[in-house]
Amino acid sequence: MSARTAADIAVGEDLLHVDDISLSFGGVKAIQNISFNIVKGEIRAIIGPNGAGKTSMLNVINGFYHPQEGTITFLGEERRKMRPYRAASQGISRTFQNVALFTGMSTLDNIMAGRSLKMHRNFFWQMFRYGPALNEEIEHRRAVEEIIDFLEIEHIRKTPVGQLPYGLQKRVELGRALAAEPSLLLLDEPMAGMNLEEKEDMSRFVIDVNQQFGTTIALIEHDMGVVMDLADRIVVMDYGKKIADGMPKDVQSDQNVIDAYLGVAH
Amino acid sequence: MDLLFNIFVSPFIEMVTMPDFLLQVLWEGFVSGTLYALIALGFVLIFKASGVFNFAQGIMVVFAALTLVGFHAAGLPAYVSLVLALAVMGFLAWGVERVVLRHLVNQPDLILFMATIGLSYFLIGFGELIFGGEPKSMITEQLGLPTGSTTIEIFDGIVILQHLDIAAAAIAAILVAGLALFFSKTRIGRALRAVADDHQAALSVGISLNQIWAIVWFAAGIVALATGIMWGARSDVSFALQIVALKALPVLILGGFTSVPGAIIGGLIIGFGEKLFEVYWGGLLGGGVEGWFAYVIALIFLLFRPQGLFGEKIIERV
Repeated sequence: MSARTAADIAVGEDLLHVDDISLSFGGVKAIQNISFNIVKGEIRAIIGPNGAGKTSMLNVINGFYHPQEGTITFLGEERRKMRPYRAASQGISRTFQNVALFTGMSTLDNIMAGRSLKMHRNFFWQMFRYGPALNEEIEHRRAVEEIIDFLEIEHIRKTPVGQLPYGLQKRVELGRALAAEPSLLLLDEPMAGMNLEEKEDMSRFVIDVNQQFGTTIALIEHDMGVVMDLADRIVVMDYGKKIADGMPKDVQSDQNVIDAYLGVAH
Repeated sequence: MDLLFNIFVSPFIEMVTMPDFLLQVLWEGFVSGTLYALIALGFVLIFKASGVFNFAQGIMVVFAALTLVGFHAAGLPAYVSLVLALAVMGFLAWGVERVVLRHLVNQPDLILFMATIGLSYFLIGFGELIFGGEPKSMITEQLGLPTGSTTIEIFDGIVILQHLDIAAAAIAAILVAGLALFFSKTRIGRALRAVADDHQAALSVGISLNQIWAIVWFAAGIVALATGIMWGARSDVSFALQIVALKALPVLILGGFTSVPGAIIGGLIIGFGEKLFEVYWGGLLGGGVEGWFAYVIALIFLLFRPQGLFGEKIIERV
């Protein structure tokens, strides 16, 4: 079966679905029989208490973890497991829970690194930084400047990201993920550790990315208020199992979800 | 009193009264400094990309030089041998990535370090098997490297510059500058720095660790070949050459394990330092200080700047 590209899939069709995924580390069952889909154009949230297996789920999708059971179908191609390089080259970008930037490099270079897969000029041109390789560098630089504009981080273009405050680092990380022009963007707690103002900024960027670029987004978030506002549909996980899946208002009133969050007498 | 005079006064009087001799000493320090920088660069490249101290770098120098001499001994022209030796280093890089590194992703650094020790013993054994254990002489003239020397009259005296030394310093400088530029200005360089900072994040943007590692090991192989030619031309090509590579350790401690400029400046400091100390102060200790003085400088540095001159600061948040 030939791989499709994201453009072949209509808005509202499945971009990705996972079926019966189970993942364990030794005796610890991180994920048990989880299935859900992500349709093109939506903002899909994965929520759940600490240790529910949300990040593991994201890692399965972009290939850092290989599940023991189940399949991942992306762009109509069914697989037993993803590989990070494959995932990236097919259009899955991500950010990390604990910001994982290239701390020694500037904002600009970080975001340029995000375009690695878009740059194809071969090694020998690169070596001399001449001819096609140089033109390519300039062309990609332009795309990167647009992202920098979009995220309103012009003032820190040349700053080594290690020196930036946490909120801005998160923004740069989003920029790096966007640089690949992903068809599916995975955000692992994009608002963790932010103050109210920073959260509002980030929410705005997430919505803008979704609406302006039409990027499908799957995000993990703890802040219920934010999730209910942002997400089109929500998967709720608890102890590695899926306990609810649906529209925010349905999920909100689901007894299982309330129990998971508030605790329940067994 | 005499001792203090010999330490603090007479060496400097000597320097001032015989400036031509001082110049000669500085020149020799500079030449060995650039060569140390070149060796250190091989270590830095691999350390940056994979966090591994490549114990096999020294033996790679010997292996590269032996390969070159070996091809030539088999009757091939010098330049063909050079190209083939480069190809062998490329193949070695590919093999190391394929057979060793790929299976050790996400293992602790110590495991990777042990693997490079294993690799160095493999290369020693393999090299001896193919090329034999006896020392060989470098094909200096066949490669078109200049011999002879130039005498410059200066300060009522003379300074002798060996042409081979000039070539060595020039080639080392070009290689160092070229690699530094390559790794700071190109996409692959950026990818290398990205990998150095964060493996997972690098993977997530589609940088291929395997490709980067192979490239970096190949670059280290090129550096090893250049080093092997230069040092081989000054003594001869034998397994004892790997001792020279150990001099890279104090250079790295000085410059920081992750810094390319650090490797350059560290190399020069060690080069100048040990030559000056040997010539002007060595006599007080009976001579032969060149062999260990570099390590003393390194120890002093460790006391005051454990991260080296340019290394990344070690800050632990608690």
